[in-house]
Amino acid sequence: MNPTREITLRVNGNTVRAVCETRITLLDFLRDQAGLTGTHAGCEHGVCGACTVQLDGESVRSCLLFAAQVSTGEITTVEGLAPAGSLTDLQRAFRRHHALQCGFCTPGMLMTADALLRESPNPDEAAVRAALSGNLCRCTGYQPIIEAVLDCAESRAEATLRADQRHAPTTSGGAA
Amino acid sequence: MNAPDRTGLGNAFEATASGTLTGAPIERVEDERFLTGAGCFTDDVRFEGMVHAAILRSSHAHARIRGIDCSAARALPGVLLVATAAEIGHAHKPIPIRLAPLPGLDRFLQPTIAADEVRYVGEPVAIVVATSRYIAEDALDLIETDYEELPAVTGIEQSIAGAALVHASVGTNVATQYPVGRGDAEQAFASAPYTRRERFRCHRHTGAPMETRGLVAEWNGSLMRVWGATKVPFFNRGLLASMFDLPETAVDMIETDIGGGFGIRGEFYPEDFLVPWASMQLGRPVKWIEDRREHLMAANHARETECELEIAMDHDGTIRGLRGRAMADLGAYVRTGGGVAISRLAQYLPGPYRITDFACEVMAVITNKTPVGTFRGPGRYEANFFRERLLDLACADLGLDPVAVREKNLIAKHEMPWPIGRLVPTEGEGAYDVGDFHSGLHKALAAIGYERLPRGGTRIDGWLHGVGVACFVESSGGGKSENARIIARTDGSFDIYSGVSTMGQGHETVFAQIAGDELGVPLDAFRVHHGSTAHVDYGWGTFHSRAIVVGGSAVKLAAAQLREQLDALAATGHVGAPAEDIEVKLRYDTRGPTYSYGTHVAHVAVDPETARVKVLAYVALEDVGRVMNPLLAHGQAVGGAVQGIGATFLDELRYDEAGQLLSGSYADYLMATSTEVPAVQAVLLEESPSPSNPLGAKGAGEGGIVATGGALANAVGDALAGYRLPLTTLPLSLDNLARALRQARAAGNAPQAGH
Ligand code: FES
Ligand code: FES
Repeated sequence: MNPTREITLRVNGNTVRAVCETRITLLDFLRDQAGLTGTHAGCEHGVCGACTVQLDGESVRSCLLFAAQVSTGEITTVEGLAPAGSLTDLQRAFRRHHALQCGFCTPGMLMTADALLRESPNPDEAAVRAALSGNLCRCTGYQPIIEAVLDCAESRAEATLRADQRHAPTTSGGAA
Repeated sequence: MNAPDRTGLGNAFEATASGTLTGAPIERVEDERFLTGAGCFTDDVRFEGMVHAAILRSSHAHARIRGIDCSAARALPGVLLVATAAEIGHAHKPIPIRLAPLPGLDRFLQPTIAADEVRYVGEPVAIVVATSRYIAEDALDLIETDYEELPAVTGIEQSIAGAALVHASVGTNVATQYPVGRGDAEQAFASAPYTRRERFRCHRHTGAPMETRGLVAEWNGSLMRVWGATKVPFFNRGLLASMFDLPETAVDMIETDIGGGFGIRGEFYPEDFLVPWASMQLGRPVKWIEDRREHLMAANHARETECELEIAMDHDGTIRGLRGRAMADLGAYVRTGGGVAISRLAQYLPGPYRITDFACEVMAVITNKTPVGTFRGPGRYEANFFRERLLDLACADLGLDPVAVREKNLIAKHEMPWPIGRLVPTEGEGAYDVGDFHSGLHKALAAIGYERLPRGGTRIDGWLHGVGVACFVESSGGGKSENARIIARTDGSFDIYSGVSTMGQGHETVFAQIAGDELGVPLDAFRVHHGSTAHVDYGWGTFHSRAIVVGGSAVKLAAAQLREQLDALAATGHVGAPAEDIEVKLRYDTRGPTYSYGTHVAHVAVDPETARVKVLAYVALEDVGRVMNPLLAHGQAVGGAVQGIGATFLDELRYDEAGQLLSGSYADYLMATSTEVPAVQAVLLEESPSPSNPLGAKGAGEGGIVATGGALANAVGDALAGYRLPLTTLPLSLDNLARALRQARAAGNAPQAGH
């Protein structure tokens, strides 16, 4: 019998506990034990990016990690991006730009792009292409995905600008 | 259509003007589930008591099976079943041909499991079922196989020579051989002032969708249900039922969300028998999900062809004739669609040009490699590369402008319909229906700004610039008929059921758009159901870009009938949704294929020192008759073009001489990533609506890929004009291009430094 142990992970803000073989990958743990099937297996050897999730906010490949390795971190999957029944601005940008066809690569793309925009809120096209270069998509030709990420970054920048303007102290009253 | 009707197609339908939904760039209704991780792909299907299968595959290209010892595997805790041909029995039938049953092919059908001999690396030898996939894979390692190696056949010439036979009992490796043609090519060549002959080669590669194959089968004692069906669920249902001697009604094929098809997914493979068989033995649901290595060695390969092609021309560039010999490597067995690509290749060699005298000897051979099937634009991509490259080589010989020569030879709008003769032995005479090929060429050149582009080897910062053009025509809308069923519900909503399947194209949205316009109701009034055998009496599935052309036409006509019934109801004074469900069932019969066409133009820069190629701009133009949803149609065009651009430079399934697959992982089988592909400009025209269907639509799914090899090879050839490279071999990989440059330098063909 292969060795088993109890594994406890923090996933999307919840605690998931299961007794499983120590060799189980994070990918299989998420799909089979946590029931989060939005994270996909495309190659299981670290090349395609379909299995991308976030570990403490950074994108990682869940097929290359053992579940037992990540018990101290906070894991976020595609199911944890937006509260049920809603979409984030990034998800909406994907839909607007037709950045998905079959949708199989989409969760991985979203998790990579979401982490990118947190680290670097105003990437240029080359930076977006570079960040997504570890995520394969066989359907879209990448173009609409890149447009969606850039569009999302731009709208966030505009929203921040508007918010700053609203909250900026008025000059007429004079600073005390 | 004013031209005389030489085809008998007639002009049955006036394409209707765009309604408010069709033709609009509407966001997809299916997106939300994919964006939130709520899609249900095959591996997401789970049942109580479900167990997991893994397949033991041949590690030899060709060997006799002397013995298989499963005892250790059977003894492993958690293992429920280990079966080889001995347990499965020889009674099961081989997998028949679905499309293009060319003469002779049926001698090489694939058994569902190897019995005495294995013929390619990856051929199923045993199936294991265990309580987890991990244990099933452990058990595979415990199976002891004893093989006696036999000589492997790995190339077309070697196969034809026949010193070693792949199927000894058949007595030949040549699966099919036949001539096709029209006019009198021999006469045309005898009198032509200029001829050029080249031998071309297109590399073995494949669709490689991001979701690998897989299925879940459940036998409950009287009903076999299979999840994960796609492409042709009804055909596969009939086949599976016949293998088990069951009536068709005892088998249900259920479509899940599908992570890309591209031609290879959804055909009937050995696993489509083995997994349901295992479920019957165990009386439990059995899941099998292919891993990527299996996928690359077991799912259909495609495209590997060679072609000797010769063109005859006048000195002014008028094409006098085309003749050649086209050869395909089909791999070890002829699968369901094994004959499609080679027969289409021969059909599309003359392409969109006024070539009245054409002859081609077609040959397909068996080797010890993975069997082939179709990949997006089957035969078209290959034929386009061969012909368009040869045209440019001829232009270079004669000092003619490649664009002017194409203009001179393209079939003119007023010559439509243009009879193409009988170029596929399993089909009758054909004809290009409508089209303005010249307009396509001119608009593609305008879109890329052809006149202003540096080309012909112009050097800028060390990079040599070139532009390549390729024109194409291709058919769509195959499969005789399609069924549609629409139900008007009492709550005001509608259910649409279609016999087509979907692999990510967005048919749920487009069918709702089409029906919405007919019925005058908004998109969100519809639920669209497709692909599963329970929905309609029969469905022909999705291939040959037929889902909209044929399936969409059925939906449109069914919706129109429903509209009449609802109008009649309204005329009685009834207001609002009907008091009872109203159902319309309709079968739409096609009037033969329709033809889309277009031009691709590529602008590249090549570093002659490193052989690196940058694609700077790419225009993929296609007239698709009528655009149902520009957002989705552009997605198809761009996605197809990028797939083709990647394939032209990167994708390659390589074998060594012993028949071992060298590119069996994504680390070796390279696909385009976001940093390698250009921004493709897709141009979709609606200048020539199809006269053969009520939507006016032509296939929009495959044109994006068809001309990529031809346009890129011509662009690289133009950039390296000073080296006079033939570039008759794909892929244009770094290796191949560097070798060609070295050879040119060694032959003294390199331009002087500083040129
Ligand atoms: S499945 Fe993890 S990178 Fe492909
Ligand atoms: S949308 Fe299909 S793989 Fe990306």
